[in-house]
Amino acid sequence: MKIGEWIARITRLRSRRSRLVSGIRGSAYNLSTVKDARIRHSHGSRGWTAALLLAAVAVGVSACSGEFPQSTLHPTADFSQQIDTLYRTIFWWALGVFVLVEAALLFVIIRYRERPGSPEPRHIHGSTLLEVAWTLAPAVVLVFIAVPTIRTIFRTDGTAPEGALAVEVVGHQWWWEFHYPELGITTANEMHVPQGRPVALSMTSKDVIHSFWVPKLGGKRDVMPGRTTRIAFTPDSIGEVYGQCAEFCGDSHANMRFRVVVDAPDEFERWSTGQLAGPTSVDSLSGPAQAGAQVFMTKGCLACHTIEGRSAGVLGPNLTHLASRSTIASGILPNDAEGLTRWLRDPPAEKPGSLMPKIPFTDDELAALVAYLRTLN
Amino acid sequence: MATSVMEHTPSAGLGARVWSWITTTDHKRIGVLYGVTAFAFFLIGGLEALLIRLQLSHSGNTVVSAQTYNELFTMHGTTMVFLAVMPLSAAFFNFVIPLQIGARDVAFPRLNAFSYWVFLLGGLFLNASFLVGAAPNAGWFGYANLTSSQYSPGHHIDFWVLGLQVLGIASIAAGINFIVTIVNMRAPGMRLMRMPVFTWMSLVTQFIIVTAFPVITVALVFLMFDRYFGTNFYQVAAGGDVLLWQHLFWLFGHPEVYILILPAMGIISDVIPTFSRKPLFGYAVVVYSGLLIAVLGWGVWAHHMFQVGLGPIAESVFAATTMMIAIPTGVKIFNWIATMWGGRIRFTTAMLFAVGFIAMFIIGGLSGVMHSSPPADLQQTDTYFVVAHFHYVLFGGAMMGIFAGIYYWWPKVTGRLLSEGIGKTHFWLTIIGSNLAFFPMHFIGLLGMPRRIYTYDAALGLDTLNLVSTVGAFVMGTGMLVFVFNVLWSRTRGQPAGNDPWGGATLEWSISSPPPAYNFSVIPEVRSRMPLWSENGMTPVPAVPPEPVHVPPGSFWPALAATGIIVAAVGAILKSLLVVLGGGAVLIVAIYAWALEPFEV
Repeated sequence: MKIGEWIARITRLRSRRSRLVSGIRGSAYNLSTVKDARIRHSHGSRGWTAALLLAAVAVGVSACSGEFPQSTLHPTADFSQQIDTLYRTIFWWALGVFVLVEAALLFVIIRYRERPGSPEPRHIHGSTLLEVAWTLAPAVVLVFIAVPTIRTIFRTDGTAPEGALAVEVVGHQWWWEFHYPELGITTANEMHVPQGRPVALSMTSKDVIHSFWVPKLGGKRDVMPGRTTRIAFTPDSIGEVYGQCAEFCGDSHANMRFRVVVDAPDEFERWSTGQLAGPTSVDSLSGPAQAGAQVFMTKGCLACHTIEGRSAGVLGPNLTHLASRSTIASGILPNDAEGLTRWLRDPPAEKPGSLMPKIPFTDDELAALVAYLRTLN
Repeated sequence: MATSVMEHTPSAGLGARVWSWITTTDHKRIGVLYGVTAFAFFLIGGLEALLIRLQLSHSGNTVVSAQTYNELFTMHGTTMVFLAVMPLSAAFFNFVIPLQIGARDVAFPRLNAFSYWVFLLGGLFLNASFLVGAAPNAGWFGYANLTSSQYSPGHHIDFWVLGLQVLGIASIAAGINFIVTIVNMRAPGMRLMRMPVFTWMSLVTQFIIVTAFPVITVALVFLMFDRYFGTNFYQVAAGGDVLLWQHLFWLFGHPEVYILILPAMGIISDVIPTFSRKPLFGYAVVVYSGLLIAVLGWGVWAHHMFQVGLGPIAESVFAATTMMIAIPTGVKIFNWIATMWGGRIRFTTAMLFAVGFIAMFIIGGLSGVMHSSPPADLQQTDTYFVVAHFHYVLFGGAMMGIFAGIYYWWPKVTGRLLSEGIGKTHFWLTIIGSNLAFFPMHFIGLLGMPRRIYTYDAALGLDTLNLVSTVGAFVMGTGMLVFVFNVLWSRTRGQPAGNDPWGGATLEWSISSPPPAYNFSVIPEVRSRMPLWSENGMTPVPAVPPEPVHVPPGSFWPALAATGIIVAAVGAILKSLLVVLGGGAVLIVAIYAWALEPFEV
């Protein structure tokens, strides 16, 4: 994995630097045992810091061998790939500057420590040549960062190519609504997109500012009331990636998660056909599921939720094809009987501040409702 | 005419002593008040940070509720910026600037007292929100329209919007005071380019304060009007705009960053030469780069807003201006290193913190350059990567600089040295703890954790890194306890400092520690940038004043005026016009009495 490689390289650079430093110590110092011990002691403390930093890096390495569904360092779309390439360019420049400047600092504080008999320093007030040099040097480095930056800004400005799949994103406290205007699909918290086809998002918010962020697909973009913002990306790998609201939006900001499922084109076709089919008719249901449909109609669920052909609430997510999603409650619970039961029993306990209130269901009603919701495929 | 010293004597009763602190107009005592108060707020902010880290130590943790967590991070940020770092810097402005320029006090001593009391009461007002269960909870930059009455009912945001306006009064009053002091009250021969760099950076900071705070005041007044009087500045449905807040806030907010860091840069620019036994390398360049940072700092605010989609032209421009700021910042770092080059470096605790500042600020500066690139920033902003960045700058930078200043000037303030042994323990715990706490945050952010989330999914794979960060935070916390112990221990057992324990070059080291109430028995004439390091650098300051020195007595009116302001703020919380008017009346009476107070008593 690429990041693992860099960190391994950083680690090697660090050890090279510490060899350099000990080399300097070895050549520059010729001290009595006592002073030697003092230096060793202080070097030990610094060594400790270095060791801790290394430990942090090591944790980073181990971190990178795992599965990171929300990582910015594992791009799977053109947008995120372009950012990643740019970030790596900047990272190497930054690392170079870091090593040079920190090494200079370390060298100076070791070489010019006060020692008995060290002479009173000469009073040097400055050097125009040096000032000009170290003004120009960072300016030059910045040019090497600025040029690819500006190039990438224009490449990733959210303009989608012809034939992109349009998706309208609406942010709500605290869930995501996705419309596919060409396909006539409305869903929530799980966005399906086909692999290899550009996707053009136009985004707005129904309440406060949110931010749409799927790190593996690209950078974040705020989702604001009264404005429409855009991003575009072309996913290149099949699979499920994680996203999350990135702009603080109130009590359950932490629970405003979602998934993007990148399907193979034919799989996407199947998914969208399924989404267009109407829900199973209530008459064909039996047992608890049919009772659950009654609960849905009589306990107030219909006021906020749409199930096509049965209810038209718009405050909460559209549930017509709820059972086709893998999670509920904007990605915080698995969409199975247990998860649904937990959620329906006390929504504000799972998602603090949730607009969906706690409704006092009996156990039978709850089981029936869950059975019904599980049929919405 | 009151002559000579009006110090409290040990025989004075407790009441008289408290009264003398409430009415004091002595810049040194006000500096001490600022320092003690701000440090207390710093500890409160630190406690909030520890609770935050405890909650995040593993995924799905339930130490605090979502609502409490949101209050904690909002108050942590607000406290550290407005109640800890800024007033800790103000403690140095107060104590050190008049001594460094050879003045007997600030230009407006009573206004100075007023600033302090407004700050204290404003800080208490903000924190009182915890007692009524309504602490601010929309983040320290409180984005509209989350702060509207519709989405933030209750008093949480009222405390925030009123508290910040009150604190702004303190900052602007102090800013004007120090500008006038530095411009007008320098000793003869103390030309601008002979001023110590701490005083220079403080002067630059004051100009930023008096220009930046009106901007946030405008933004806050709009918000207050929206909440109290139903105006629609940030109400989208009525044609308002949520981005108006962001532009105004960051137009203040970015200069605010330099308000926080420039004083610390000034501190280490004085500390490093003292302990390297060498003059500051490139004095003029260091001064001008500070000025340049302040000027450029006004043209970069939108880099906090890349994720709103400013469009490619605006993004390119703000990227370029932001990158430019890296140049004068880098120049300062190079000059500090060059100052130490060829020196004879004594690693006192103050010097360790100054070097720690440079080492950590380099990291924070480089991650800042990463953010200056808008596409890269789209992956980093609002994540733990940016949290890592600004903690390297504000803790690794500003707080390290402030600790360097505390160890450096403590003997001047108290007459006793802080223990060097305990101090070095404090330093090592701080630098190890802070790197352990903040370095992993870079990875946490790059691997996808947004900031301001009270809980996270175990599936993100970030439990271990978060735990490491939490451990680091507690190591830092231990370091702070060690510092508090050092202060208590050294009050009675610290070594007597004498006039000049470090062999400093600047005027404050020419007088006794602590300095007499009148500072300089005779205002010296200054003939060098480093008067104590130069042959014949200044005229002598006798230990005993050759003639009586007028020391103004204290005044009660500044504290009363501050009380009037805070009563009005409390009235606004209570939605009681009567109390607001009462506070206003107290303010007006106090200002009149203050204006009419006889000059000499």
